[in-house]
Amino acid sequence: METLKKEVQETAAIKSVKMTGAEAVIRCLLEEGSTLAYGYPGGAIMPVYDELYKYRDQFHHVLSRHEQGAIHSAQGFARVTGKVGVVFATSGPGATNLVTGIADAQIDSTPLICITGQVGSHLLGSDAFQETDIIGISTPVTKWNYQITKASEIPEVFAKAFYIAKSGRPGPVLIDITKDAQFGELDFSYNKCVKVRSYKAIPKLNIEKVKEAAEIINGAKKPFIVWGQGVIIGSAEQEFKNFIEKTGIPSACTGLGLSALETDHPLHVGMVGMHGNYAPNVLTNQCDVLIAIGMRFDDRVTGNLNTYAKQAKIIHFEIDPSEVDKNVKTDVAVLGTVKESLVEIIQFVNKANHQEWMKEFHKLYEIEKEVVINEQLNPTKEGLTMSEVLAGINKETKGEAVIVSDVGQHQMIAWRYAKFTKTRSNITSGGLGTMGFALPAAIGAKMGAPDREVIAIIGDGGYQMTIQELGTILQTKAAVKIVVLNNSFLGMVRQWQELFFDRRYASTVMTNPDFVKIAEGYGISANRVSKREDLASAIKTMIASKESYFLEVVIEPESNVFPMIPTGASVSDIRLS
Amino acid sequence: MEEKKVYTVSVYTENNIGILNRLSAIFLKRHINIESMTVSESEIDHVHRFTFVVIVTETLIRKVVLQLEKQIEVIGAFFHTEDEIIYHETALFKISTEYLYDEHIQNKLKFRRAHIIAITERYFVIEASGLKEDIDNMYQKLKPYKLLQFVRSGRIAISRPRMDISEVLKEISPLAPEGGINNG
Repeated sequence: METLKKEVQETAAIKSVKMTGAEAVIRCLLEEGSTLAYGYPGGAIMPVYDELYKYRDQFHHVLSRHEQGAIHSAQGFARVTGKVGVVFATSGPGATNLVTGIADAQIDSTPLICITGQVGSHLLGSDAFQETDIIGISTPVTKWNYQITKASEIPEVFAKAFYIAKSGRPGPVLIDITKDAQFGELDFSYNKCVKVRSYKAIPKLNIEKVKEAAEIINGAKKPFIVWGQGVIIGSAEQEFKNFIEKTGIPSACTGLGLSALETDHPLHVGMVGMHGNYAPNVLTNQCDVLIAIGMRFDDRVTGNLNTYAKQAKIIHFEIDPSEVDKNVKTDVAVLGTVKESLVEIIQFVNKANHQEWMKEFHKLYEIEKEVVINEQLNPTKEGLTMSEVLAGINKETKGEAVIVSDVGQHQMIAWRYAKFTKTRSNITSGGLGTMGFALPAAIGAKMGAPDREVIAIIGDGGYQMTIQELGTILQTKAAVKIVVLNNSFLGMVRQWQELFFDRRYASTVMTNPDFVKIAEGYGISANRVSKREDLASAIKTMIASKESYFLEVVIEPESNVFPMIPTGASVSDIRLS
Repeated sequence: MEEKKVYTVSVYTENNIGILNRLSAIFLKRHINIESMTVSESEIDHVHRFTFVVIVTETLIRKVVLQLEKQIEVIGAFFHTEDEIIYHETALFKISTEYLYDEHIQNKLKFRRAHIIAITERYFVIEASGLKEDIDNMYQKLKPYKLLQFVRSGRIAISRPRMDISEVLKEISPLAPEGGINNG
């Protein structure tokens, strides 16, 4: 992998220079400090690719093997760095292949700029070759989108796009550029955007609400915090820690909130949600005050809303006004950034500890440990469990790795068992649940954090959805570690079939290829493990590798992820078996 | 079950291409039918006003309006019940000239905001305006005369309570749009 330039000097007032629209696109990206993009060329974006060639000393373009791979890589990069991910694709199929990633970024609030080529403006609407209405298609899944038909629009639109993508609650922006706008000339000068009049990125913090929230927290006997990705997106990890340590409140996270607080922190009581931990789910329905911080009460977190925390006063710290009262009715909503809100509220909350209440969490953890965790980590069965693989990785990496998980059983196991010591370490497709996310996202994560160990944890199903990205690894030498947990099933669907469809395994049995040979075909060292005694050394070898490495672990085929809140059930009805 | 009501939703937006798509997508994803829609300029230069009529619960309309307002190019979104607005709709009826001197038709036009706006050899056109029910009534009355064509507009509405849209604009941007797209 080439070294990626991270710093770009802030240029003072730039003189206006004549150039083509295509060159202006690259210049805009450089002005925004972006020096890396993922993409795939094609007819309608060729003028921009020609400029990418000319600017190759300043701007690094990664050729993915499919546009979906490109956008997931950009997401991985954005999630691990907090910067805006950039993707290029051509018109028509190139653009439509981005759609899954755009929807994924929208629902998980990931800042992206997607640049698509478009047919010449004189051909718009004529069903020209590789023409598709990507503005129409992407509208419901973008934070903003815009079609450029004149070269002169480029600097202003890009400035606005970057501002929108990264400000407030971040999200994906798509810019569609007609081919004539790429060829056309403009007088280029660039001013960063700091405001869009119709867009309020961050609501003004209302100090009265902060005080109201503090008063409720100070009076609480059994307060409980659920935090989400907002803590990470808002770079508020330290403020969050200060807040919970002062108030002594037991805190659980959502799947996307993982890694904002180190797993071993004494106030970290696990993860809520469908396959979360027993204690935080059950005690959601016993707390007297529920403090939601930077999370959006997803249905996978709340289970049945009619029985969700009805006994509790709800305080919601949120940046997006449309999330307040959307799913769970709040008593006090504090609108603003997590960081600013926590900085304010910490002055008004009393120092406290809730040891008796905390004991409830410990008690229930012991039950979960006895019924679920012990058997997962020290199985009596012969077959390997996914959990012991995660435990092996924890041991080898000391919890310092970036864990990129795909979607399914292995993802739930990764969320449950991976240990985190650093923030931005759990890269995963949360809201959309996009199978095929992990391999390309891991490539982006590695490029965003080249000094960190990046391990993709993938099932045998999801792996084959974007397996072509092994080619991107071959070409870029991105040192991604790939762990495929192979149970020869679409495991999560199979689990539901077992539990709710009378074991009718409709289309979930997988006949898989020789994954080791495939990896080796792409020049990646590979190993397969099926025995417990070989696991530890195999993980050790993988971590020790300076290059990309593939490890397939053959998993007990019919094992289930527990605890589990069945769909429509209450969080407190979480099943341990 | 919470009762469904008629709500008039007023959305102030930038005058850019594609906004209609973005707004209608919010109704679509919640499976809400749009009863009527009107787009026009507004009291503020370069700001457009969308007027939607939908029949939903209050809980839902609150959520929808926040999601509309969240769209980048939306300046403000408001919702009002029927008694909070003064509204109007217009309809045109094209009828064969053979009925022009029909007394009953003439009577039907009396005492209503309805009048003939065009007469030719073959047909004449009646324009009627008023509340939704007025138009519905007129439609029922004129239906027996074999309507050659019938069309009615979407609702236009003015709210009785203040809509602080200009204040919203001022608060967001005390000056001219900064970093915004030049809408021309």
